[in-house]
Amino acid sequence: METIKLTIDNKPVEVPAGTSVYQAAKNLGIDIPVLCYMNLHDLGIENKPAGCRICVVEVEGRRNLAPSCSTTCANGMVVKTHTTRVINARRTVMELILSDHPKDCLTCPKSGSCDLQNMAVKMGVRNIPGQAYAEMSTYKTDFSPSIIRDMDKCIMCRRCETMCNDFQTVGALSGVNRGFMAVVAPAFEQDLEKSPCTYCGQCVAVCPTGALTEVDHTPKVIRALADPTKTVLVQTAPAVRAALGEEFGLEPGTRVTGKMVAALRQIGFDFIFDTDFAADLTIMEEGTELLTRLGKHLSGDKTVKLPMLTSCCPGWVQFFEHNYSDMLDVPSTAKSPQQMFGAIAKSYFAEKLGKKREDLVVVSVMPCLAKKYECQRDEFKVDGNPDVDYSISTRELAHLIKEFNIGFNELADEDFDRPLGESTGAGVIFGATGGVIEAATRTAYELHTGKTLKNVEFTALRGMEGIRSATVDFDGLPINIGIAHGLGNARKLLDLVRTGKTNYHAIEIMACPGGCIGGGGQPLHHGDTSVLKARTKAIYSEDTNKVIRKSHENPYIIKLYEEFLGKPMSHKAHELLHTHYFDKSSKDIFI
Amino acid sequence: MSHIKVELKQEQVAKLKEICKSFDNEAGELINVLHKTQETFGYLPAEVQEVIARELNISVAKVYGVVTFYSFFTMIPKGKHPISICTGTACYVRGAEKVLDEFKRILDVKVGETSPDGKFSLSCLRCVGACGLAPVVSVGEKIYGRVSPDGVKDILKEYE
Repeated sequence: METIKLTIDNKPVEVPAGTSVYQAAKNLGIDIPVLCYMNLHDLGIENKPAGCRICVVEVEGRRNLAPSCSTTCANGMVVKTHTTRVINARRTVMELILSDHPKDCLTCPKSGSCDLQNMAVKMGVRNIPGQAYAEMSTYKTDFSPSIIRDMDKCIMCRRCETMCNDFQTVGALSGVNRGFMAVVAPAFEQDLEKSPCTYCGQCVAVCPTGALTEVDHTPKVIRALADPTKTVLVQTAPAVRAALGEEFGLEPGTRVTGKMVAALRQIGFDFIFDTDFAADLTIMEEGTELLTRLGKHLSGDKTVKLPMLTSCCPGWVQFFEHNYSDMLDVPSTAKSPQQMFGAIAKSYFAEKLGKKREDLVVVSVMPCLAKKYECQRDEFKVDGNPDVDYSISTRELAHLIKEFNIGFNELADEDFDRPLGESTGAGVIFGATGGVIEAATRTAYELHTGKTLKNVEFTALRGMEGIRSATVDFDGLPINIGIAHGLGNARKLLDLVRTGKTNYHAIEIMACPGGCIGGGGQPLHHGDTSVLKARTKAIYSEDTNKVIRKSHENPYIIKLYEEFLGKPMSHKAHELLHTHYFDKSSKDIFI
Repeated sequence: MSHIKVELKQEQVAKLKEICKSFDNEAGELINVLHKTQETFGYLPAEVQEVIARELNISVAKVYGVVTFYSFFTMIPKGKHPISICTGTACYVRGAEKVLDEFKRILDVKVGETSPDGKFSLSCLRCVGACGLAPVVSVGEKIYGRVSPDGVKDILKEYE
């Protein structure tokens, strides 16, 4: 490989051709500040519009300062990153950005984890010239069920656009207008709710400021907890336990399941349950549906469509309702684990408690922002009462724990409550890409063949590759499985399926990179994708540590069917655990 | 942003598709497609942008982003009689702004807007090469020289 030799701050460095000055400096341990630049290496996503000009450096022989993020190294280049000229320019740029940025840091939801704030701290900005008379540009705030857009705080880094358009291929956002009126917005500056937005939250996950944040449901949760007439249940998604510790300074990948349960109990939830239980239930329904569809398909029934697509990811559901409305019969009709949990909690469990569904409040803790939107969908309500009342993100739970004065790291491990807190290793791996289909495979294999799996780990289904395929041998019957994470990858796979030329039997799709562990509601990774890998590892080690690792062996799932549901896909199961999808393609037309 | 609702006729959609096709439905040709479309339709309403987005296989948001970035593109239809006031240096120093203000006052529209009856639209331009006649106003193809604020009413009367 051709290499380039240059010097940065008087230090010689040799880099592969094509390397940016910013990266070369990084190799030398020189940390040039960046704001708009973002490199999610493992996902193949780089955002370098060279828009903010914070990263400028002086290059000998060049008239103007160069943005280091998008300037390629050349042989013999002499770069200086902290000359007076550079420092003055960088400070001026920062002051100009701040001059049109609200100063309400104290109450901003991003305070403490804001890249802009951190940069101002790093650069020691103490005053902003012209603030006394400068007029700030203002823009309407857009409230959607999941995401709040406060464009006054937008610094036009375009990271959200890169995620929404290039990675997710949702195309809800674009930079519009110019000058002070420039913002990132949906087409015709409509609200997000009227755009093809899936609420995946990847824009929120990369936003450097408070321009894009989640709708905070913690005040409603606190109010419910204080209401003596309400029994408050909480369910926690698998990916939360693999990431929550990061908010308390623990290493990424630290499993904090026991501490999380203890914290939730101290906060005052009446029952600490697990979405993993509902994940096991999902497998029972979805696995059975797959086998039924497979059986009919193999016996020549042309009305039955294959592949079957998973349906537990609400961002993904929203995506196919918008973009693949011609294929609405392809996804499984099984509800997501969050919604299955809510439906069972407010029927089966309410009956057990001898309470009405209105007296129960179901809170979910999710790595996801789309879950906020999902639990508000009308089909998941009974007489206006939602199966899941509030969904809070991993970040919101961390805030709640802090607000309740709980020393998280000192907590002793505690266990989930029964019966809806018991889960298997299959439920846990839902949190990582490939996990749902692996869990389904474990159960479908045993139900189909009547044999016991020697090894429950289907490692061929694991990994971080955007699109993966594997064939699993069901005792002589080869089952072709496809997996995609990230909606751009999902689109590629779906376009193939649409042509009818693929031979997949089942496909798992997750909207976020790495699956739920990389969800829009997780602790911010600040561009470090090694965090996602560490969380994935934590998920799989949690599975390994479980005694029961197959959903159909969960004793409380067995009991639930015996006492209440009958069998998978029964009439009652259909009523409570299955759903239908809507054609939203016309919603993309702004008339 | 509010916009005027239009319902595209079948043949208009066909014409749009034809324009896109003449640029091989290339996403990179968006600006050229928009130029040609505005030349044909006079302006770029939301519905037109949606068709273009679909044909070029890009998001509507992106099309809207480009339309709102370049001042040449407009989502508002030009009036039957487009009025342009020259605000180039010569016209400006001879009172173009006062003339412009009078047009704004009488028509009750801002620069870049069209009167609700669709009769007049108001825009500014820079130098028509008739500085000797400053301040200059054009209405459609017709040029008016040495316009004073008092003369604005008389100009508009010609088009009633």
